Amino acid sequence: MTPGALAGLTGAFLVGLGLYGLIVDPQPLRKILAFNMLGSGVFLVFGIVARNGAGAGFASDPVPQALVITGVVVAFSASALAVAILNRLVDEEGEASLRPDAPPAPADRTAP
Amino acid sequence: MNEALASLSGAAASPGGLLLPAAVLAPVVGVMAAFTLGGRNAQRVALALAPVNIVIAALIASAVWRARAPIFYHVGGFAPPLGLSLRADGFSAVMLATSALVMAAAHLFARADFATPAGVAEARAPFAFWTLTQALSAALAIVFLSADLFNLFVALELLTFAAVPLVCLKGSAETLRAALRYLLFALIGSVLYLLGVTLLYGAYGTLDMALLAERLRPAPIVYAAAALATAGLLAKTALVPLHLWLPPAHANAPAPASAILSALVVKGSFFLIVRLWFDVFPALAAGAASALIAGLGCLAILVGGTMALRQARLKPLIAYSTVAQLGYLFLMFPLAVGGAPWAPDAWAGGVMQTLSHAFAKAGMFLAAGLVVEGLGHDRIADLRGLGRAMPLAALTLGIGGLSLVGLPPSGGFMAKWLLLTSAAEAGFWPIVAMLLAGGLMAGAYVGRILGPALATPAPPLRSRPHPLRGAAALALAVVALLMGLAPLGFYDFLDIGRPLIP
Repeated sequence: MTPGALAGLTGAFLVGLGLYGLIVDPQPLRKILAFNMLGSGVFLVFGIVARNGAGAGFASDPVPQALVITGVVVAFSASALAVAILNRLVDEEGEASLRPDAPPAPADRTAP
Repeated sequence: MNEALASLSGAAASPGGLLLPAAVLAPVVGVMAAFTLGGRNAQRVALALAPVNIVIAALIASAVWRARAPIFYHVGGFAPPLGLSLRADGFSAVMLATSALVMAAAHLFARADFATPAGVAEARAPFAFWTLTQALSAALAIVFLSADLFNLFVALELLTFAAVPLVCLKGSAETLRAALRYLLFALIGSVLYLLGVTLLYGAYGTLDMALLAERLRPAPIVYAAAALATAGLLAKTALVPLHLWLPPAHANAPAPASAILSALVVKGSFFLIVRLWFDVFPALAAGAASALIAGLGCLAILVGGTMALRQARLKPLIAYSTVAQLGYLFLMFPLAVGGAPWAPDAWAGGVMQTLSHAFAKAGMFLAAGLVVEGLGHDRIADLRGLGRAMPLAALTLGIGGLSLVGLPPSGGFMAKWLLLTSAAEAGFWPIVAMLLAGGLMAGAYVGRILGPALATPAPPLRSRPHPLRGAAALALAVVALLMGLAPLGFYDFLDIGRPLIP
């Protein structure tokens, strides 16, 4: 198996694992970690694309590298936002849970 | 190198092309100014830029109309595949105009909700609201105008990051939970879309939509990329079964934020699905995949309508109504493909549904906000006499509801009528049945709100909202109504740049 194929399969495995964790695990922090794993898998696939698409005489295609850098920054910001919301949720409620069968809210307060 | 020089010598922009980066830059300048100036100035910047965005959108629409063809702009003068291009056709131009108008009305409405209190230099929720809505405008402008797949990924992320905090501005645990759930669904969507883009780049070496459309051939990698990207965008558009985040998020957000979220944010990712399917993967659009997505749309109409009938409060009912109305949008996919004679009608129907739902739903959410302020609650069982106590809000709910049901002379009627006639001509009888059933269910849940509102004893009002806010909500609903009276030239405008799939 060539290194490229191995890396591609690893990327696919990470994507699958991340997606499974994101959907199945009930705890929000683990979902955020699973999202990061999912992102890592995608970036790994991007890296392989860079290597396969390189022009003659070049080590790798620079465009996917730029896209991966952008993607890493975006995933980092996404994780930061998610963790910030999770922190506020724990501050408000004392526990972190996304339970879907939460009791309906009382009548709305009028002030934001 | 030679290829790069050759692409540099081509035209950098069509006439009026400079408006396209202006449409993106105006809200971006607004975000930066609001963030740096801070405090009350954030609100002043947002309100000052609202007419600017409307004017730019109007100018783009007139440029597209004069050219009778899409206008484009190559950023930096570099044509694809070296650079990225911005492109505006009929659909983009009307979506930009809708975004500018709905944002302006929501901003006017929110002046009372999100005013910085006197004696305080800067407050958290108002500062966040005025800055984030401008970022949302910028993200929507890029989504509607960009023709490069990775640029669209960045725009989608910007849209998500600006929309999610708007949900939890109140800071209560319920809104935080709804925002976190929204964020997680949206992140699944972004990452799946990015994986699809990765596969496409790996296979064809370009990210520009026009170049990809030329180079694509049906192949397993294209099917995989299309499936991943579409699944990701469906999660962001809240199509059943990925709709679970939408009702809590839109129901618990503050009223102007709900209006913007339901009217514009979900339409951004829907716009991208249309672009991908019609511009980039037209061969797939003509196959069984569009039947699948239309099936999900039918399911959305059923699920959304049923859940809306079961709600006890007004805002969750309107949120579930969004889920149902988004289902109508996906019925256009099997109908608008191919050179069939009903394709232009189906395309116009889908676009009209996007526009009329945006205006009607925004008006209804703003009216629901007025109801919550005026009565102190939004329990449907206790809405008796709303029409007497708050006539503007009740009228907005009525006219918006008219468009949702699809009764003439509203824009919603035109949208559903066009889809109905196209489906009947094409012989897709399940779609015809679903359109009629959806209209009946919408009539039922709108009737649930309006019936008690027409009762006689007016309830006591806790506070009397300013009439201009009611007028802003009513103006949006009236626009949805007037869209039904659009002249035929409007439909010709929507047809500009419609992808002709063989």
